[in-house]
Amino acid sequence: MRLYEAAKVLRSKNSGPFELTLDVLFEDADLYRRVKTLGLIDRKTISELYQIPEDRITQLVYFDPALGIKITLARKVSSGTFPDRDVYGAQQHAPLMALELPL
Amino acid sequence: MNEDEFKILAPCGMLGYGFPESSFEEGMARRPDAIVVDAGSTDAGPHKLGAGTAIVSRQACKKDLEIILTHGVQAGIPILIGSAGGSGARVHVEWTRDIVREIVREHGWTGVKLAVIWADIPKEAVEKSLAAGRCEPLGIAVPALTPERLEATTRIVAQMGHEPIVQALEAGADMIICGRAYDPSPFAAPAIRRGFDAGLAYHMGKILECAALAAAPGTTKDCMLGTLRGDSFVVQPLSAARRCTSVSVAAHTFYEKDHPYILRGPGHVLHLGDCTFEERGDGSVEVRGSRLERTPTYKIKLEGAMHAAYRTFVVAGVRDPLLVSRIEEVERLVEAQVREYYGDVPADDYRIQFLNYGLNGVMGDLEPNRSPAHELGVVFEVAAKTQELANTVCATLRSTFLHYGYEGRKSTAGNLAFPFAPSDVPFGPVYAFSVYHLMEAADPLSWFPIEYEEVRA
Repeated sequence: MRLYEAAKVLRSKNSGPFELTLDVLFEDADLYRRVKTLGLIDRKTISELYQIPEDRITQLVYFDPALGIKITLARKVSSGTFPDRDVYGAQQHAPLMALELPL
Repeated sequence: MNEDEFKILAPCGMLGYGFPESSFEEGMARRPDAIVVDAGSTDAGPHKLGAGTAIVSRQACKKDLEIILTHGVQAGIPILIGSAGGSGARVHVEWTRDIVREIVREHGWTGVKLAVIWADIPKEAVEKSLAAGRCEPLGIAVPALTPERLEATTRIVAQMGHEPIVQALEAGADMIICGRAYDPSPFAAPAIRRGFDAGLAYHMGKILECAALAAAPGTTKDCMLGTLRGDSFVVQPLSAARRCTSVSVAAHTFYEKDHPYILRGPGHVLHLGDCTFEERGDGSVEVRGSRLERTPTYKIKLEGAMHAAYRTFVVAGVRDPLLVSRIEEVERLVEAQVREYYGDVPADDYRIQFLNYGLNGVMGDLEPNRSPAHELGVVFEVAAKTQELANTVCATLRSTFLHYGYEGRKSTAGNLAFPFAPSDVPFGPVYAFSVYHLMEAADPLSWFPIEYEEVRA
């Protein structure tokens, strides 16, 4: 199963002009718990998917009441200046969608 | 008014985005104690703050305000606007105040007490604060604020907490136009003033500042009602088409924040990790357990934008499969030829970027999939010290690219399909966020002076 099939919401957005934040929200509590228990999304996964060093990942948090995972990355270029490519950071989630989950 | 409750009507997530009047009227029928709307964000980049422009049109802003003011004045409840005009600097606040005055005049209202809370921070204050070690960048990606960057900065604002807004309410303001504010502050202020818990008030503000975005289906273009109680608050959409669910409300704190349950604001940290979200069966959700902790030092977040360059860009298409397959290589060669031609211009005076849509235009280096589509949208841009230089270099870049004879080329008549004539678009100034810092503030009020006026027809 790929992450885009498992998640209900999978999105990216700026969290302030210098960070990009990725949200993965589940509908199925059981699926969320399995992803969390098995640690299927961790710093190593993100670092490989986005080809960035782990120290550019500033947060990676599971939040049970929202059945969600938040990953925050330091932006290479701040929002809306040269040579930024995505002012709102709204289209940086696609690599995460393709993540294969061994479930 | 029920003293045990405090109700806030949030018309939309951004003043000027619009909202259904039927939802707004439904909200007014619940007899709210205040109408509060957010009007600013850093989301759209540094240009608004740097250039002093708005994010919505004047007409759209006026259309929303007309409805809000008409109902608010009639009901005699305070109306609060946060981060006026898109970025909350003086020019943005004045732009909003002008619209408010116009509406008051047109309706012939009298005795409307308007408060304006400024949020501009002088450069010298930031300079002093930096030198004293009382101002630090917010996060690892924020570059150091050098004297050159500060010099190039056109405007700096700070996000206010609830404190100056409470003061304006105490002074009897009917309408408050806030300069840059921490988004939840204008929502939290009127409730905190009435003695409600600050943790719950800020958490409710965090949800209401986006209006119905925390509902399902979510949108910033519809209204939401928040009801604050002794030890909980309830959020409720005002259109039959939406419902709040425990997950939709819990998940909202994810939105645009770096952490899902620890939210840092002016002078405080909001802890939401132990919150409960309970569906009440009527589309509303009751939230408990939001906890606010005051920080030992009161810090305010500064935002500043500097002029970075002037830009000229070209939009073109590439359909030739030979060129598509080696586009990046050809672009490097084209740039090298242009740089050689302008050998007399200092290399740092201009920068060139190619955005290859259909290959990695959206993600650049972060793109893991490197197989190109059958055609590419190519946007190339030159960012230079002056507009003239940007135009000059971009024109040469365009003609060089158009006719570049790469190895193995068969289409010797031209490499690019331009959708428009002329092809080159002089864009004007490009800004960058130069200040994104936390500054120690001796008290929550001193940086946010308040001005009162009685607006009359």
